[in-house]
Amino acid sequence: MKFLVSRYNPESDASPYMQAFDVEVSRGMMLRDALLEIKRQDESFAFRHSCGEGVCGSDGVNVNGTNKLACITPISELKEPIEIRPFPGRPIIRDLVVDMTQFYQQYKAVKPWLVRNDPMPEQEILQSPQDRDKLDGLYECIMCGCCSTACPSFWWNPEKFHGPQALLTAWRFLADSRDQATDERLDALEGPYKLFRCHTIMNCVEVCPKGLNPTKAIGHIKNLMLKNAV
Amino acid sequence: MALNKRRFDALIIGAGGAGLNAAIQLANTDARVAVVSKVFPTRSHTVAAQGGVNAALANVLPDNWHWHMFDTVKGSDYLGDQDAIEFMCREAIPTVYELEHNGVPFSRLDNGKIYQRAFGGQSQNFGGAQAARTCAAADRTGHAILHALYQQNVRARTHFFDEYFAIDLIRDDEGAILGALVLEIETGEPLLIEAKATVLATGGCGQVYRTTSNAHINTGDGTAMALRAGIPLMDMEFFQFHPTGIAGKGMLITEGVRGEGGYLINKDGERFMERYAPNAKDLASRDVVSRAIVTEVKEGRGCGPQADHVLLKVDHLGEDIVSKRLPGIRESGKIFAGVDAVHEPLPVFPTAHYVMGGIPTDPYGRVIVPQGTGEEVVPGLYAAGECACVSVHGANRLGGNSLLDILVFGRAAGLDVIDSLKEHKNHRPMNESSVEAAMARLTRWDQQGDGLSVRELRDEFRKTMEDHAGVFRTEEIMSEGVEKLKALRDKLPDVRLHDQSKVFNTARVEALELENLFDTGIAIAYSALMRRESRGAHSRPDYPSRDDGNWMKHSLYFREGDRMDYKPVRTKPLTVESFPPKERVY
Repeated sequence: MKFLVSRYNPESDASPYMQAFDVEVSRGMMLRDALLEIKRQDESFAFRHSCGEGVCGSDGVNVNGTNKLACITPISELKEPIEIRPFPGRPIIRDLVVDMTQFYQQYKAVKPWLVRNDPMPEQEILQSPQDRDKLDGLYECIMCGCCSTACPSFWWNPEKFHGPQALLTAWRFLADSRDQATDERLDALEGPYKLFRCHTIMNCVEVCPKGLNPTKAIGHIKNLMLKNAV
Repeated sequence: MALNKRRFDALIIGAGGAGLNAAIQLANTDARVAVVSKVFPTRSHTVAAQGGVNAALANVLPDNWHWHMFDTVKGSDYLGDQDAIEFMCREAIPTVYELEHNGVPFSRLDNGKIYQRAFGGQSQNFGGAQAARTCAAADRTGHAILHALYQQNVRARTHFFDEYFAIDLIRDDEGAILGALVLEIETGEPLLIEAKATVLATGGCGQVYRTTSNAHINTGDGTAMALRAGIPLMDMEFFQFHPTGIAGKGMLITEGVRGEGGYLINKDGERFMERYAPNAKDLASRDVVSRAIVTEVKEGRGCGPQADHVLLKVDHLGEDIVSKRLPGIRESGKIFAGVDAVHEPLPVFPTAHYVMGGIPTDPYGRVIVPQGTGEEVVPGLYAAGECACVSVHGANRLGGNSLLDILVFGRAAGLDVIDSLKEHKNHRPMNESSVEAAMARLTRWDQQGDGLSVRELRDEFRKTMEDHAGVFRTEEIMSEGVEKLKALRDKLPDVRLHDQSKVFNTARVEALELENLFDTGIAIAYSALMRRESRGAHSRPDYPSRDDGNWMKHSLYFREGDRMDYKPVRTKPLTVESFPPKERVY
């Protein structure tokens, strides 16, 4: 099967170009297996990957125009020729490896940790199963970056707009019955950019390899802001 | 060009659960701590742990740490050190509460407490009824824990060196560890990090085998660095093959599936574990279940066209339980086996999963080496997590004790580093010759010309390990294996890197990892050959019994001259009576 792969080595290339590889595909093969096969043919080919089962979030790439996690994308689902590019909108370091610094900065900007002001109990902080259920669809995020790098608002304002991943994380803590920083979290999201640059284009929902819904989370944050303002 | 240098109080190598739990202790003080990781921290393999972490919280069924301790000692086939095991089982309880306080989204019971499930090898009252000791966040517990620990380190402003690869430890002539030489992957530039204390928390080495549940990054980097620094590895022959990897692929299906009521069947639909472990059945210890599966397949009762696997039946649990408690497994089954566990059984076979052995430490994470007739601490060096051997798992690890090990001993190491910093206010003088030796390991790969490729040698090595140091271990198979591995090791100097570029050169990283795979893998194969008994995960048809008279002792493998040494098991716990060795039945 024919694969077209984006190549770029800053030490020798002026700009990225596409290179063709033929890969023998077998039943049940994932896109990561094909990338590994390409690396067997050419060891200079660079991409990030690790767990191979969709939990570490290392191997997000753009395939035929859509961001996907290579290790859980079956080749059989893809149309030939398969074109593989790095995530759009991020500076390319080499081949499929992009600089995700801004993505991580936005994540850190939402203070992604549980805040408690009360003294900690000797045992666990109690949480009802119903309250715990509110975290489902939020805590499973693997920070692969498929969503944020598919988001036009993040492409235009990566330094000001938090992007879907960070906002999903913000809601993960706002939705946690144990967290005690609701007001601070909401205040920090005020202004025209951080949250409100989301124009519900919903690319994030379409590409999330874990089936999460950042747009919905953003909607929840907006509703809570409204409710608290009244 | 002058070598770039940075100075910290403490250097932690590895950003999984052990490294991050060590780091957070230090970051909460005013110590300057650096965490070096070859991947962004949340990509570390702790993220893949599914089932949960053991602690005798007694949220579901009666429990106490002493029962947990008994199960762990028995599970270890009496090779675990009972002082370390007591320490771990006591510490488990506050450790899990601390995790919860740090934000881990554990699943909950109706009364709001942490959900706990049954796992293999767990009992009430020292071998009685099944216990429920494994605290779970659905079947994504490792992910939930790793992310929470990373988040807490972000809060505490831990200094991260993301995507830096540790090349070697730096030590002085007295053997004290002074820090490490690391490689910035993005630029290809080396960096010397000096530290008063260095913690190895590099995780496992499952990539030494061809079929493994372990990630691409689990290449035994820390164990190999320790070996090259003259430190032996302990009990490396004990490698756990998890009973339920997806057949032919190796991805893990958590023991939690059986904890929730799933069970194994052969081609006749027989629930065969009833024959091998009449009481515990599918929740017998992992080594017992793995051997049973391999025996079923060898005796012709395997499933599928090749009769090369067995089936894990889940569909009788109903969609509710599967979706609620095992959502990740349902997803993995669909993706990798094309099977929806709600409707069909999953094809499974044992997969290389976990190394019980590692860098010898005491319960404070301090690395200890033989000295005269006793032992001494290696100044400035700690190890925690899968790369270390405390030893709490002995010859076989219980499910749910691995997350526990990394958290308890990562924390203990962090706390002991804090203490040691009070005494050691200054950095020791740098040792240039050790820096040069580490640099030589890096520059060796600048050699150009024709030669073997990293890939060729790696493939051959991993296949040899699987064939000769895997589940089947006879004298003949293993001695042939050790010879083959040594012959492959002799070819290492002939390997050439064809890609000599600097920027994000993953081929260079893989070349450095190949050396680590060799050092760590040969330690496994050699230690296995030398142990002439069957104990826990180390099963020898030619020596089918456990031999406490001759072999109730820890192995130590030294890289120089492939030398073995042994030391006694610590059978005396901290405060309670010792559990004497008994026959291990489930």
